[in-house]
Amino acid sequence: MKERPESDAIEVQVVDTLQPDSGDGAPVEEQVSTLRLVATLAVAGALAGLLIVLVNLHTKPIIDEYKAEQLKLAIYEVLPGVSRYRTLYQVDGALSAEVPAGAKATDFRQAYVGYDDAGQMKGVAVSRGESGFQDIVQVIFGFEPDSGVLLGMKVLDSKETPGLGDKIFKDQDFVDQFFARPQTPLAAIKAGSGKGAPGEIDAITGATISSKVVVSIINNGIAEWRPILEKGIPEEAQ
Amino acid sequence: MNDQTLFSIFFSAMVVNNFTLAMFLGLCPFMGVSARVETALRMGLANIFVLVLTSLSAWVLNTYILETAPYLRIISFIIVVASLVQIVEMVVKKIAPVLFRQLGIFLPLMTTNCAIFGLAIFQTNRGYDFLQGIVFAIGAGLGLTLALVLMASIRETSELSDIPAIAKGTGLTLIIAGSLSLAFMGFAGLL
Amino acid sequence: MRTTTPSEDFIRGIWRENPVLIQMLGLCPALAVTNTVKNALAMSAATFFVLCCSSVLISSVKRFIPKEVRISSYILVIATFVTLADMMLQAYAPVQHKELGAFIALIVVNCMILGRQEAFSSRNTVYRSLLDAVGTGIGFTIALIMMGGFREILGIGTFFDIPLFGPNFEPWVVMVLPAGGFLTLGFIILAMGVFEERKKAREAHGEAP
Repeated sequence: MKERPESDAIEVQVVDTLQPDSGDGAPVEEQVSTLRLVATLAVAGALAGLLIVLVNLHTKPIIDEYKAEQLKLAIYEVLPGVSRYRTLYQVDGALSAEVPAGAKATDFRQAYVGYDDAGQMKGVAVSRGESGFQDIVQVIFGFEPDSGVLLGMKVLDSKETPGLGDKIFKDQDFVDQFFARPQTPLAAIKAGSGKGAPGEIDAITGATISSKVVVSIINNGIAEWRPILEKGIPEEAQ
Repeated sequence: MNDQTLFSIFFSAMVVNNFTLAMFLGLCPFMGVSARVETALRMGLANIFVLVLTSLSAWVLNTYILETAPYLRIISFIIVVASLVQIVEMVVKKIAPVLFRQLGIFLPLMTTNCAIFGLAIFQTNRGYDFLQGIVFAIGAGLGLTLALVLMASIRETSELSDIPAIAKGTGLTLIIAGSLSLAFMGFAGLL
Repeated sequence: MRTTTPSEDFIRGIWRENPVLIQMLGLCPALAVTNTVKNALAMSAATFFVLCCSSVLISSVKRFIPKEVRISSYILVIATFVTLADMMLQAYAPVQHKELGAFIALIVVNCMILGRQEAFSSRNTVYRSLLDAVGTGIGFTIALIMMGGFREILGIGTFFDIPLFGPNFEPWVVMVLPAGGFLTLGFIILAMGVFEERKKAREAHGEAP
């Protein structure tokens, strides 16, 4: 209790000493030149930029590493049995290991080709987004380019309704169907009404649109990528 | 890079993911100037105008200047938004004084309007190109206007109702907003 | 300004002038990211950091800032700290950063932060500005956690990811959706109105005889 009045006293003192200062400052402020205004903002801007760049130098490697790690985990998940992958870019309707000089890698669609321990190509993973119930649903999935068999699927991003639409990644039974090597094109059917045809996926009750979106993303994605993959996958540079 | 069709972007921004009712952007004008339909409409139109300009400048900034320094995005966007609002204010005052008198008080309010800044950020995060950005801005602006006008008409209608004293003001406005937001959920799944 | 004591500066923002519940500032984050307590906490922490740093910096350099460009300078300072918070969250709490998404960047346009700079830090000492910022920050955090708590318990049936009810609990999904945000805040404000009304009635009753 003794401390509080003490700090109050100090406070009043500080404010008092400041008072004449700001009193003197007021008339000066009226004739502030444009130069001074610009200079103040320029100095503030330069300092702000410098600080941001410094922190960015520190955090960027951590962020990049995390993103690469997340991508790697997702690719390994949708391509079971894969131990290594490489990134290829779709340039002018064909696959290329490099983007054209001067272009940004993010401007091109990417495919991740996965290999097992023996160096055998196991499958290709691609990511694709389409409008779902609420917003874009982003999915990464792996498939065998020759046979069109689906290997796995993972929802990367979705804002589907909690409790209903979000079952497309929370309902393990639904997700497991995509890992049972179904033949594409897939067809979403009412749960339990399957006739044993290849490529049937039991939709989630109460999340018809979300279930159909996942199926549609995979079908459209494979339809887009198979002709490109048929043109051949560029050899790895040794 | 983003493959969404223009129609889907427009519709999503306007109703399915309405800026005010689903993403809580631009709440200040929503709570503040939604007492009269006429003012609400004007505010909405002023918003569309500034949103389109913001989308344009954010795209230019992002494509030609920030390409090498994406970490300066927040700071440059806010500066652009703040100066843009001031420039628009000055230009409108000079060219169309009548319009300025009608929009006047709303323009300065927009510097700290989350909707304007939010548009620039969302547009960049989603990688919209030039045309997609403009369509996104128009859709978002119309969505804001729609929400504002709906809110204002409900408030005008309920003005003479016998409302308990404690419910008058913000509490009631928020609950009306909640009901509107519930109603807008019905648009989900249209795309 | 000099009529308040430092302890009042601190207490004021927590309850009597609570930024969200009383002053209706910073509604955008208070509604958008409070569907779970965790998100509410992450948002509060980021806002707290930006608010305190900006208040301290601005109150210490206020003498060098010409009046004409003060708002621009405040925005510049706030934007800098928001960028720092954004980068640090992304590096050290990537999961939370993904959940909050663009709403971290939107701290820049949180009227509450700019409001405190203009109303307090620009004319008070560093020490008192810090007290004011901490008080306001705590008030903001309380409001957000209250919202997040209500919405998570009713909408998911958990608190801080800990299940509270048995497996038969049917979550009230609408509470974690945007509409639930509006309704929760609306009802909190109505409830506060009722308390206020009763307090007034009691005071009036006490004074009358």
